[in-house]
Order: sequence, then structure tokens, then C-alpha cells
Amino acid sequence: MNDDFTGNARHSRLAQFHIDTPLLLGLLALIGFGLMVLYSASGQSIVMMERQMIRLGIALAVMVAFAQIKPQTLKRWSFPLFLVGVALLVAVMLVGSVGKGAQRWLDLGFMMFQPSEVMKLAVPMAVAWFISSHSLPPRIWHLLGGALLCVVPTLLIAQQPDLGTSILIATAGVFVLFLSGMSWRLIAVVAGLISAFLPILWLFLMREYQRQRVLTFLNPESDPLGSGYHIIQSKIAIGSGGFDGKGWLHGTQSQLEFLPERHTDFIFAVLSEEFGMLGVLILLAIYLFIIVRCMIISSRAQDNYSKLVAGSFTLTFFVYVFVNIGMVSGLLPVVGVPLPLVSFGGTSMVTLMAAFGVIMSVGTHKRMLAAP
Amino acid sequence: MFKKRVAIQDFAAESRLFNQRAVFAILFVVLMFSIIVFNQYQLQVVSYQDYQTRSEGNRIKVVPLAPNRGLIYDRSGILLAENRPVFSLELVPEQIKDMTATLAELAALIEFSAEQQDAFLKQVRAQRRFNSITLKEQLNDQEVAILAANQHRFPGVTVEARLSRHYPFGDLFTHALGYIGKINTRELQQLELDGEAANYAASRDIGKIGLERFYQRELHGTMGYQEVEVNNRGRLIRVLRSVPAVSGQNIHLGLDVGLQLTAQQILKQHRGAIVAIDPRDGAVLAFYSNPSYDANLFVHGISSANYNELLNSRDRPLINRVTQGVYPPASTIKPHLALLGLETRTITTSTKIWDPGYYTLPNSDHRFRDHIRWGHGWVDIYTAITKSCDTFFYDMGIKLGIDRISEYMSKMGFGEKTGIDILEESSANMPSRGWKRARHNQPWYPGDTVPLSIGQSYWTTTPLQLAVATTPLLNRGKLVTPHMVTAFSNGETTAANNLPPRQVLEVENEQNYAVVMDTMHQTVSILGGTAHRAFIGAQYSSAGKTGTAQLAAIAQDAKYDADAIDERLRDNAMYLGYAPHDKPTILVVVALENAGGGGSTAAPLARQLMDYYFTAGVNRDE
Repeated sequence: MNDDFTGNARHSRLAQFHIDTPLLLGLLALIGFGLMVLYSASGQSIVMMERQMIRLGIALAVMVAFAQIKPQTLKRWSFPLFLVGVALLVAVMLVGSVGKGAQRWLDLGFMMFQPSEVMKLAVPMAVAWFISSHSLPPRIWHLLGGALLCVVPTLLIAQQPDLGTSILIATAGVFVLFLSGMSWRLIAVVAGLISAFLPILWLFLMREYQRQRVLTFLNPESDPLGSGYHIIQSKIAIGSGGFDGKGWLHGTQSQLEFLPERHTDFIFAVLSEEFGMLGVLILLAIYLFIIVRCMIISSRAQDNYSKLVAGSFTLTFFVYVFVNIGMVSGLLPVVGVPLPLVSFGGTSMVTLMAAFGVIMSVGTHKRMLAAP
Repeated sequence: MFKKRVAIQDFAAESRLFNQRAVFAILFVVLMFSIIVFNQYQLQVVSYQDYQTRSEGNRIKVVPLAPNRGLIYDRSGILLAENRPVFSLELVPEQIKDMTATLAELAALIEFSAEQQDAFLKQVRAQRRFNSITLKEQLNDQEVAILAANQHRFPGVTVEARLSRHYPFGDLFTHALGYIGKINTRELQQLELDGEAANYAASRDIGKIGLERFYQRELHGTMGYQEVEVNNRGRLIRVLRSVPAVSGQNIHLGLDVGLQLTAQQILKQHRGAIVAIDPRDGAVLAFYSNPSYDANLFVHGISSANYNELLNSRDRPLINRVTQGVYPPASTIKPHLALLGLETRTITTSTKIWDPGYYTLPNSDHRFRDHIRWGHGWVDIYTAITKSCDTFFYDMGIKLGIDRISEYMSKMGFGEKTGIDILEESSANMPSRGWKRARHNQPWYPGDTVPLSIGQSYWTTTPLQLAVATTPLLNRGKLVTPHMVTAFSNGETTAANNLPPRQVLEVENEQNYAVVMDTMHQTVSILGGTAHRAFIGAQYSSAGKTGTAQLAAIAQDAKYDADAIDERLRDNAMYLGYAPHDKPTILVVVALENAGGGGSTAAPLARQLMDYYFTAGVNRDE
């Protein structure tokens, strides 16, 4: 376990700043590849590149900042942070700004703030805090308590409405429960309950546009110029890329603007078109490297809270990747999830890097503990 | 369960449990990524061709290029139908924010009618928003200049230049050339049936009548196209490939502008037709129907007022009298019957009959009148033709009988379409027993044969048919196919439109043809011939036959008085003539409606046409 890949950051100079070198290299590789794709997807817009780089700079700074915080400190602040987050969500519900038909933003005067971003971190942290205060595997009451911590913010976000984010946040919490050793039998029961819940979701909780997205996903050709347009053009872009792609800046689907949202949610289609299946394999390899590295950090962590938080963040990151690629390539319905660290976009990137900061913190802050 | 209640945490067990879950999670991630890879493989490798094609379909648009329509020239190379640039005002609704305001502002600059605006708005509703729609066609130079100067004020408003058909001689060639107009639904269906529709993707117009219609395929040419790359808004990015259109073939006519102008000039006072052909090969030299109309009216869509005027005119200008004017041939067919009489030995050159001024059938007292009340006295075939004796032909006709007349005349081309290269043609009527049975459900009576023998009653021809059916007399039994187009050219090569004459008559005795031609020559050349006076002083020797077709039935013993009957029931005047009399190069038929006697009114017109023909040296080289 002590080879180069698993990384022994202790001897690295970066380790002094609580930076995990392999993970940083993985992230930088991803960011570099992402910027290259974005340059093409944005129609070679220097302005957009600058904005993205500034955001990435901020996000990296946030990551480094979070890496400095000790896991114990984070654990102590987990529940208060969660309570603040819930309070903010309630505030959004009462006084938030409406944008694109959804009430998600809180106007702080100098900036718009999306409390649901805080909850992406706060929910798994709070659940991990709650679960790890008891021995593992958790008992049913602890699991129910953890589930309750998930449900409250999930419902608050779902009613904004932001179904995508609410499901992702719930998932992050559930990952904590899963990693904590929740029994397989219980997992099966929960899965059954969720299946039973789906019709209720469809009939009572989903808005018309959300239902439409699912219908479009099931049969995009039914409305090729309307809601099916995105997914059809996206699949054409991907498919026409072939094995080795059309070449950087030479994707006709993206350069001639047939592909909508090409620099944000559908940037994976641009990558597929210009770099082909080869480029996709490289991207997936980078993602896999990051995920595996993070899971190794998690498993080496010396307390349950750190393990659970880092593991949950890692799996959530994977879910982002999978949901985005799945929706762009037609495996999943279209939900507004960006491709982590590649799509053009702000807040979610900062949140994501904060999570990596937490993981790095977990990986580099060692507490001497005697094994029993 | 019991074991797990211990208060002290089992770190090793907890760590093992987490690692199990972590490994499981990694395996799950790998499985999910494998699904993505499998899906990518399906999209990018297995279905690559399909998506590649769809991607190309997105980006590449094929823009058809209309070929230039072939030009039409007269026999000396004068342009009769050309393509001129015309400018039209077009609007793209998608690029116009406020259509009402734009139209109001445009109206302040140039004139367009409420009718044009309504038609435009109807098209705006019917067509896709990014299609360019015409508001006004045929802008004049001033309007083009005004619009160009104000272009910046009107995004989405453009002045489009297009080649459009123009007929510089206006009404002079209308019945021959016809005209083109916008392709209608029925024509589009026909093009689809013929598998031609693809070639018309960029074409707006199609030949509607006349030569423009008959030679549509040759004149149209082959469409070209450009493959262009477009973006998602259909804006052209660049041209990838260009295949130029191939212009239609130019066609060269046997018609002569000078001869045609002469025909128009001399027909001015009459409703009628003049046609002149070269009897040796059937090339049409002159082709004029009066009244005519300006073909240019139809090119851009004729207004309903103009169209109604043409349609409802009592003089019926839309009728092509050369090929659709159905007239009794009257005495002009006497030479044809004479040939039949000679060939069947029904008569000889020495046969003489007594003409008392009328003819009666055996056992009947009905008198079939001669046009000379007092009769011609003793008449042989020469006198019968030069003085146009009816009684001689009544007698011969009865001897020949309807069957032989009908069969022989049909062979010469009577009652048949001539096959000229325009489609607006009537076959007129050569009656027979079978025809009468079918048409009137009556047997053929000898009394029907009598007037038939002088080209009346059921027998009708068109002026062109009469001319063409005369060619076997001059060509030893060979019939020509009349044609206006003598050659096709495409700028590099020229191909003659040769249509060799067909032998339709079995010649019994060559001499008979000379006899018949001789009688026609004498009609002109000897004093007392019905066409003599019309040709006094002509610089060439010609031959001919006059005809006067009676339209009003005249009671037994009554006298025809032109002034006493309605103008439109007066006699039609016909003349059939050719020159030079021994080796004819021009054959003319003049048909005048309600004009009186053939010798006095029609023959002088034929003379004028032939005068021009010989003085101007038309057809000299041939």
C-alpha cells in the first residue's frame, strides 16, 4: 500500500500545507483537460476562459483553505453548520430571489448566495457526525436519525424547486449511512420503499417541466425540435466523434452551435465530439484516479467521522460525474448537473473544491491513535 | 446483535467494515464507468456512421442553383426570347420584428398595391418564417435605388435579382413561342410523375404554352447545386462544393422576324391566321394569328383584369388560329381532290362536264349551286380549278364516293394533327361514314358527299393543316412534319432538328402531280384565274388556290348578299399558295374570318407575304 500511487504525502513538501499530491495532480489534470475543452466549447472565448480561470483560482484557494482545517474541528462544527444551512433554506423559502422559475438564491447585497450549496457539504457532515458518535455499524435508531437529517433539507430544497440538487444532497447523506455499514437487508428495504415512492414523486411532487424532461428522456425523437432537441443533438455530437474525434476546435456540432448548452451542462458532448472515445476514456481515467485516490484517503483516515465524510464526498463527486455523462449521452433524463471541474460555472465548483479540501484535510491531518 | 452492544468501539472491525463498503463502492464506480464506456462504444463506434451522417446533415445544406433558360432565336439569329435581370422586393419574416411597421415604412418609399400586400401576408402565414417572401416583383430602377439607399433601415428586407423571361417582340410571336409562368401544383405533380421534379428544385417557371412548353425540357437545362456549411440558424458559413447549373439549350427557329412583321401588318384588319412553311422540309417560316396579345403579361402572373379582358374578348385572342382555328377549307382542297380523281382515273385531263350553274343528284330536285349562278358551261379539270367550278367537283366527288375521298385525304394529313412542335393543335375533321355514324348516329348520304367535294359541310381544317396537307401534292406524295425549331445549340455545338418527309401516297402516275401543280399555277398566271388579279406584276412565278367558305346557309334560289347578313356570318376567305410554281420553297395559307372572297381578300395578303419573302431573300440559302 505504500507505492507511488497510494502516495505517501508525509514526505512531500506540499504535505506541510496539508495538500495531497496525487489528488492535486489528478485535479490539475482534470482542470487542464477541462479548460482545453471549454476553450473550444466557448467558441474560443477569451473572456469566458478568464472568468473560468478566476473561478478555478478561487476554488483552489477554498480547497487549500479547507485542507487546513482539522477534521476534529470540522466534526465539531458539523451540526451547527447544518442548523445554519437549514435556517438559510428557510430564509430562501421566505425571502429568496426567484430566478428561472425557482426560488434558490439569497441576495446578500454584494452577491447572490445559494444555501443549497452549503447543504451539499453540511448534510453529509452532519449525518457523519451523528453516526460516528456511536459505534459502527449503526443501529436502526441511529440510521433513522441520520435519515431525518437528510430528509429535512432535501424537502426544503425540493420545494424551491430544485429536484436535482435535493436528490444529490439526500444521496450524499445516504452514502454516509451506506459506508457506515448499514445492513444490506435494510438497504434492500429502503430501496423497495424508494421504488414505491417513485409514483408519488411523479404524481405529486414533480413539476410539469420535470415530468417533461423524463418523458423526453424516454423518447427524445418524439419532439426533435422541442425538448428532445438537446439530447438528440448531444447524441449526434457524441456519435459523430467516433473513436478518435473530429479534432480539437473542429467539432461541427459544437462549433456551428447545433449543440445547446455546450459550454455548461453539455460540455461532455463537445469533448466526445472533438476527442472521440479516446478522449472520453482519458477523462474517465482521470475521474477514476481521483475517486480511487479519495477512497484510499477515506479508508486510511483514523476516525469514523473522517472516513464517512471523505467517502461520502467522493461518492457524491462520482454521482455528479455519472449523472452528467449519463444525461448528456442519453442514459439518464436531462437534469441540470454540471460536469465537475469541466463545465463552465461558479458556485458548485467552489463547493466541490471545498469538499476536496476536506478530503485533503482528512488525508493529511494525522492524529496519533493507538489501535486497540 | 449481542456483541454489538459492547460500549467500547471495535476500531479494527469498524475499519474492516468501512473498507468493505469502500471496495464495494469502488467496484460500483467501475461498473458504472463501464456502463458509460459501453454506451460510448455504442454511440461512437457501433453507430458512428449513423451519427456521422446526421451530423453532416445538420451542417451541410444543399442549395440548388437554377439553370438559365435557353434562348430562342429567329432564323437569322435575332433574339425572340431572352432572360433579363429583374429585381423583386423580398422580406424574411423571421428577421423582421414588427411586420406592420415595416410594411408601413416601405409603403412610404415605394408603391405597392393592397392586393400585393394581401398576397404577401398570405404567403407569410403559409410559409416558414425564415423563407424569403416576395412583396413586389419587377421593381424599376428608381425603386431599386431607393431601396438600396435605405437598406440599413430595414433588416430582413432585400432586393433580389433574378433572371426573368422577356419577349422583346411582345405580341408578335406569342402564339408560336407561348410563354412561361410559375410552376403550379398540377405541373409539379406531372414533373414528379416524369421523375423530373428534382431538377426543378430551384426553378420557379415552366413553359405554359407554345414552344416554351413543347421544348420545356431542352430549354430548362440541368440544375446545379452548392453544398454549403451552415450553422444552427441556417446562416451560411462557407461553400464546400459547387456544381454549376447547365443552361438550357438555345433553340433556333425557322421563323423570320421580317416575314412575321409582314404577316402581322397585313392581318391587321382581320381576324385570321397566316402560316408559311417550307414545303420541302416543313420548317415554319411565318406563324401569326390575329388578334394576338403580349406574352410578357403572363411571365410575372397576369392581373385578373387583363386576363378577363383577353378571355372574354369577342375576337378571342387566346385562340391560336394557325393550329386551333378550325375552318372549312372550301375550294382550297380542289387540287387535292383533283389528284385523287386523276390517280383513280375517275377523271382524266380530257374529262369535260357541262355546268349549268348547279348540280342535282339522280332522283332528286335539290340543286347544289355553283358560285356562278349561270354556270361555267363546258368545264375540264384546268378550268374547274382556275375558275373554281363547283359543279365539276360535285360530279367528281359523287363518282369518287366518300370512302375513297376520306381515306385519301386522311393520308394527305387532313383530319390529323400535323405534329408541329406546339401542343395547342386541333386535328379538325375529315369526315367518313364511320365518323358520321359515331358522331351523329346517321348513315352517310350521297347528299353529304356533294358539299364535301368543295370543302364544305363536315370537312374542316386548320390553316396549318391545310398547308401541310398540300405538301404531298408538291413532293410527289411526301408529307412533311411541320416544325418551328430548326436547330438546337448550347453555345458550342449545334444540332439540326431534321424531320424527313414521309411518303404517304402511292404514286400511280408521276404526271398527275405535274397536272395538279399546273392547274394551280394557271389559277395565278392566266387571265380569269381566281388568283390572277392578286398576283399581277409579281416578280416570281407562283401557284395557288382560292377558297370562300360559306358560313350562313343560303336558301334555295336566294342570293348571297354580304351587306345584308351579320358581319360574323359572312364568308371566310381562304388562300393556299406557293412559289416558285415549279420548285416551291414557300407555301402560304391565309385564312380570314368573315372577310369575303378568297381571291379578292386572302390572295392579296399571300402575295404581300411572298413579295417580302422574295425581296428580302428569306430562305435564300436553302
